[in-house]
Amino acid sequence: MTSTSVPVAAKAPTSTGTATKATRVLGAAALVGIAWLVAFGLGFSPADANQRESVRILYVHVPAAWLAYLAFVVTALASAIYLLSKRHSLGWDRLAGASAEVGVLFMAVTLVVGALWGRLTWGVFWEWDARLTTTAFLLVTYIGYLTVRRLGGTHQQRARRSAVLALLAVLEIPLVHWSVRLWRSLHQEATVLRPDGEVKMDGLMLFTLFVGIVAFTLMYVWLVIHRQRTLAAEDALEDVGLDIAIVARRAEGRGAR
Amino acid sequence: MVAMEDAGFIIGSYVVTFASIGAYAWYVLRRARKVTSRLPDEAKPWT
Amino acid sequence: MTFLRTAWLVAGKDLRIEWRSRIGLNQVLPFAAIVMVLFAFALDRFPAPPGTDDTLLESVAPGLVWLATLFSLLLLVQRTFAIESEDGALDALRASGVDAAALFWGKTAALAAQLAVLEALLLVTAILLYGTEVRPSGVVLLVTTWLAATVGLAAVGTLYGGLAAGARGRETLLPLLMLPVVAPVLIGATRAVEAALGIGGTAIADGWPWVGVVTVFAVAFGAGGTLAFGPLIDE
Repeated sequence: MTSTSVPVAAKAPTSTGTATKATRVLGAAALVGIAWLVAFGLGFSPADANQRESVRILYVHVPAAWLAYLAFVVTALASAIYLLSKRHSLGWDRLAGASAEVGVLFMAVTLVVGALWGRLTWGVFWEWDARLTTTAFLLVTYIGYLTVRRLGGTHQQRARRSAVLALLAVLEIPLVHWSVRLWRSLHQEATVLRPDGEVKMDGLMLFTLFVGIVAFTLMYVWLVIHRQRTLAAEDALEDVGLDIAIVARRAEGRGAR
Repeated sequence: MVAMEDAGFIIGSYVVTFASIGAYAWYVLRRARKVTSRLPDEAKPWT
Repeated sequence: MTFLRTAWLVAGKDLRIEWRSRIGLNQVLPFAAIVMVLFAFALDRFPAPPGTDDTLLESVAPGLVWLATLFSLLLLVQRTFAIESEDGALDALRASGVDAAALFWGKTAALAAQLAVLEALLLVTAILLYGTEVRPSGVVLLVTTWLAATVGLAAVGTLYGGLAAGARGRETLLPLLMLPVVAPVLIGATRAVEAALGIGGTAIADGWPWVGVVTVFAVAFGAGGTLAFGPLIDE
C-alpha cells in the first residue's frame, strides 16, 4: 500500500507490459520447443503398432494433461504457503490464481484433444467412464475456483477463500487415478484399445513425448510468469484507486470546512 | 498413406492445442499491457 | 466448554430453529417430492433396459433419489447459513470465542439429521412412485450407505456454505461449487444402493467398495472442514 498524499498516477510509466529479458528468452525457447514437437510429433516419430498414426495425438494430449496436474499442484502448494506463512504475502495467492488459470486451459485442451483421439480410435467423442468423468469434474471444480477468486472483497479475503478451495480441490487429482483402478476392478474393462493405455513406446516415441513435456513446461512457466505479474499489477491498481479515492474524500472533507 | 480423415483429426488436435494456447497467450499479453500502462514503474518490481 | 458440549449446543440450536420455523418440513420436503414426481413424468414412458425385469424408472430409482437429495441439500445449506447471517449471528458466535471446529461439527450434525430424514422419506417416495423394492439381505448395505453419504454430504455442505456465506452471488455460486464436489457421493451411493436393492441383478458384495468410496469422501471432508472452517468464516 502506498502512503503518499499525492495521487500516484502523476508519474507516467516508462515501460508497459510484463515482459523482461528472462521472459523473452523463455518465450523464444518455448517457440523452439513447439516447433520441435510439431516436427517430431507429426513427422519424425514412427507410427504405433496398435494405434498407427493416431498415436501422434498422444504427444500433445499427455503433456497437456500432466502440465495441468502440475499447475493444480502448484496452485495448492502456493495456497498452502499463503495460508501457513506468517506474512500471508499476496504474491503466493496470485501465483496460485495464475497457475490455476493455465491449469484450466491445459485441462480443457486435454479433454478436447482426448475427445478427438477417442473419435479416431473408439468412434465416440465421449464416454462416461471413470477417467473421463473424474477429469471433467476436475475441470469444473477449478472453474469454480476461478469464479470464487472473482467474488470481491479485499485481496486477503479472496486469497483465504481460494486457498482453502485449492487445497480441497487438489485432492481430486489422486481421485482421478484411484477411480480408474476401482472402476476397472468392478467393470473388468479391456485396456488394450484405450487411447492412453498399453502403448508400447520405443526410443524415438519416448523422445518425442519428452520434447512435448519440455515444450509444454516452457509454455506453462512463461504463461504463469506473465499472468502473475498482471495480477500483481491489477491488485496494485486497485490499491492505487483506493488511495486516490481516500485522498479525494479527505480533500472533500477539508474543503467543506 | 494415412487416411485423409485420420490426418484431419491428428492435425486438428495440434491446431486446437496451439491455437487455444496461443489465443490465451495473446489475451495475457494484451491485458498485461493494458493494466501496466496505468501504473508507475515503482509498482512493477520486475522492471 | 468442551468440544462435544459446544457442538451439541450448536446442533441443538439449529434443529430447534428448524423445528420452530418448519422451513425444511414445509418447503424442502415438498420440493424434493415434486422433483421425484417430475422425474417420473420425464422417464416413465421408456421401456425397460434389455436383460432385466425392472422398468426404466425402477432401474434408475437409486440415482434419482440421490439426485433429489443433492438438489435438496443445496436448499438446506442455503438455509442453515441464512439463519446465521440474519442478525450477524455467525460473527457473534465467533467473537464469543466458540471453537470453529465445534461450530463446524454442530452445524454438520444438524444438517445431517435433516438430510437423513429427507433421504428416508425419499426412499419411501421411491417405493410408492417407482415401484422400488427393498430386499432384507440388502438392508445393512442400505443403512451403511445412508449413514456414510449423509455425513459426507453434510460436511461438504457446511464447509462450502461457510465459504459462500457473505459472498455476493452466493445463491448461484453454491450449486456451481458443490455439485461437482459431491459427484463421488452421487456415484458411489447410487451404485451401492443399486447393489443393495439388486437392480439389474447386481450382487450385494459389489456395493461395498462403493460404500468405501463414500466413506473416504466423508472422512476427507470431515477432516477438511474441521481444519478449514475457522479460517473461512473468520473474514
